[in-house]
This record gives sequence, C-alpha cells and structure tokens, in this order.
Amino acid sequence: MKGKCEKCDRPATVHMTEIIGGEKIEKHLCEQCAMTAGITIKANVPISQMLEDFVLATSNAPEESPLACDCCGITFSEFRSKGLLGCPNDYDALESQLLPIVRRAQENAEQHVGKVPCRAGDDQVRQTNILRLRSQLRDAVATENYELAARLRDQIKEVEP
Amino acid sequence: MTLADLTRQAGEWLRGAGAMHDVVISSRTRLARNLAGMPFLSRCSPAQQHELEQRLRREVLEAALAREMFYVDVAAAGPLDRQLLVERHLISRQHGAAEHPRGVAVSSGETISIMVNEEDHLRLQVLRSGFELDEAFAEINRIDDRLESRLSFAFHSRYGYLTACPTNVGTGLRVSVMLHLPALKLTNTIEKVFHAAQDLHMAIRGLYGEGTEAMGDFFQLSNQTTLGKTEGQILSEFRDQIVPAIVEYERKAREGLVRQQLVAADDRIFRSLALLRSAMLISSEETMYLLSLVRLGINLGRVRDVDIKTVNELFLLTQPAHLQKIHNREMDANERAACRATYIRQRLAP
Repeated sequence: MKGKCEKCDRPATVHMTEIIGGEKIEKHLCEQCAMTAGITIKANVPISQMLEDFVLATSNAPEESPLACDCCGITFSEFRSKGLLGCPNDYDALESQLLPIVRRAQENAEQHVGKVPCRAGDDQVRQTNILRLRSQLRDAVATENYELAARLRDQIKEVEP
Repeated sequence: MTLADLTRQAGEWLRGAGAMHDVVISSRTRLARNLAGMPFLSRCSPAQQHELEQRLRREVLEAALAREMFYVDVAAAGPLDRQLLVERHLISRQHGAAEHPRGVAVSSGETISIMVNEEDHLRLQVLRSGFELDEAFAEINRIDDRLESRLSFAFHSRYGYLTACPTNVGTGLRVSVMLHLPALKLTNTIEKVFHAAQDLHMAIRGLYGEGTEAMGDFFQLSNQTTLGKTEGQILSEFRDQIVPAIVEYERKAREGLVRQQLVAADDRIFRSLALLRSAMLISSEETMYLLSLVRLGINLGRVRDVDIKTVNELFLLTQPAHLQKIHNREMDANERAACRATYIRQRLAP
C-alpha cells in the first residue's frame, strides 16, 4: 500500500484498520507518527534512537533548513523549479547547493578566467548592500510605508554608482 | 529609421558575403549582462521592471553604440511587429512572447541588437555575414566596454559576470554560427557534424535557436559552457577547430555530389527551382526546403541565373510576419501561401 502519512508528508508505512462501534476506520501513518501515537514501537532500536525519533516526530523543526537569499528571498527549491535565480547575491547565498549545478552545466568549471570589468573594484559587499536596500524598499512600498520608502530611496542614491 | 523600414530589405548579415560564406551563413556573438545592485528580471517588481527598461533604454541610446540606432518598445508593439523582430533574429522568441516592460535597440544595418529586460537585464548581440567571428566579437567587446563605462554590471571574482541562469555565468558569451549543410544532408552524412559538435560540448539547434527544428538544412552551432574558459578560448574552438572541420566535410560532400551524382543532384536542384518558379501556393517550410537546394545549386555553379543574395533575402522575406508587413495586412495561412508563391515567382523570374 502506498501513500502519504495522514499527519505529515512522509511515506505511510503503518496501515491499520480499527473497528469502533461497528464503524471501520483506516489509519495510514509513517513510522514516526505511529510511534508518537503509541501504535508501534521499534524493536531492536537503542533507546537513545527512540528518544531522538520521538523528539524529531514531535518537534516542528524541519529536517533540513532550506537555503534562502536574504536579499531577494528566493529559496533553492524555487530556483530548481524555475531554473532562474533571483539576484546576484544568490551565487553566494545558495552557493553550497548551487555549485554542483554550476559545475554540471559548465563542464566542471567553477572559476571565471575571462574578461574582468574595469570597475571590478566595485566591491561585492557594496553591491549586496544595494540589493538589500532595494528589497527593503520594495517591501516598504508594498506595505505603503512611504516615509521609510523615501528614506531607503535616499540611501540607495547615496551608495549607488 | 523605424521598424517599417526593415521589411524593404534583408539585414546586412544576410548579404551572402564574408569568409566561407558558401557554408557559413552568419556569425553571432552574444553577451549577457545584469546591473549590479538590482534583482534579476524575474524577481523584479513591475515598478522595478519599468524603471529598468526606462533607464537601460536611455543609457543604451545615449551610449552612441552605432552611427544610427533605433529603439522598439516591444511591450507596446503589435503581435506582427514582434514576430517580424523574431524572424529577423533581432529578438528571441521568448522576448517576443513575454508581457513585461521590455525593448530592443537595433543598429540601422541590423548588425547590432540590444535586448532590454530579456532573461537578463541586457542581452547584447552582434551578427555578421559569413564566418566573421573575430570581428563580431571585437565589436561586441567594444559595445560592452562602452556600456560598462556608464553602468555597473554584476560581477563576482569567482563566477564572473552574474546571470539569471547559471548556464550563462562567467563570460556570459554565447557564440553561434549558422551553417548551411545541404550536401551532408543529401549524402546522409550529417551525423559527422553532430559527433564533432558533441566532442567539443557544443549544441546544434535549428534556425531560430533553442527548441527549434532544423529547417531547410540550416543548423545553428553554439558553445554550451561560458565559465572556466576565456573569451579567446571559446572563439578559438570555433575558429580553429570545429567550423573549419565542418566546412571541409560539407565542401567534400559537395565535390562528391558533382563528381559521382551530378545528374541526381541537378535533378533535385532544378526541380526545386522549377517548383519555386511555378507554384501558386507554398508554405514557408516547403519554401525553406526548396530554397536550400537552389542555394546549393548556386554554390555548385549549376544555377547561374539566380544570385545568393536573392536567395538569402527570400529566406527572410517569405516568413509569415514579413509577408504580412510587406502587404500591410493580416492574412491567414492560405492567403499567405498564395501571396508567398506570387512573391517568389516575381523574385525568381528568369
């Protein structure tokens, strides 16, 4: 039997049919939710592992914190689904997950050796700073906080080349 | 100069000149550039997209990149005008079909086109007739330098020029050559070209780039990687390795046709010419296919009363949007087929 756990998104591996008061109730759970509900216990598993599973199953902590860019907000999975990055800062913010993709697309290359702009001195810290200010500006406009927007616009003007 | 003037002629790059022009129709270089401190286009708000379009339009036009340049506001252009720009290779199909604020600046000879707000903020393109990659690159590099003196481009010490899609990152340089390979196709040896391209990690596509079929024996060969090689290395792979090899294959196949299968080849060529000269209804696919064989006939010295320039122009001017612009009205496929056939008969009249 296939399908997802009723309580979370993991695959359901525990299937149970209960008959209560003549009514048939089917339950499909993953191992951890089944354990939490006290339906199953893992035999031959060290107690520490059982505790860890229990904590994992009850806490809301995601298994892997998804990478996101603090300038444009794009997550790695959003990039995967669209194939397009959100801003120049993503190359640093998502680097650990992006690099294998860059290498695959670029015959394993990972270092630029071509032309360098005359203005290469225009350092990345400043560029990222502008990106961040722009993203804040966008939010300020969206929430109609025009006072903040005006301030941010002045700041951008000051630091922009 | 405006968009309407374009339909009266084919672009400079279709004049049928330049090195190896019997096989290489045109050479193209393209650079992808984005402004530092701005999100990539797909992440820009509509207001930011508008702001970018206004700013880049002004900067590109003020940079005086060519003696005469005109700008087309693609978002405001009608569907026919957009298709016209696609048929002339001045914008990509995606740029034609999108809906956000965007445009293209074009030089009067159509050798330079600069797309504003495509997948990247700027897509610079230089087209040349024949195999003139070095010249096309020198020109695009000059344009890039000129723009860079006014704009700050997103650049990273490790990844180079930063682009919305990691397949363009690094140099941002895409080089492509349009090849006419009818003899390899006729002799069923086109596989050789695909293998040669594969060995050098290059892509072979149809006439209008990504996702298009090869029509009328025209193939577009382009580099797939943009990172880890200098611009010079990318160019040299084309100049010193793959293009001379493919041109040699095609020329050998043409010699073989003349030596061993002249009557059969003549039959195909002159039947094609006769069809073009007498058809009353003709589709653009059939036109491409027949013109391709006539072009081969001219290059083999078999067809003497038609010149290459006329054939090159017909490839372009018989496309759907061009026909409709020339006649200044919208037409359905049947009307176009009749109109196309009439136009071809006139141009190829002996």
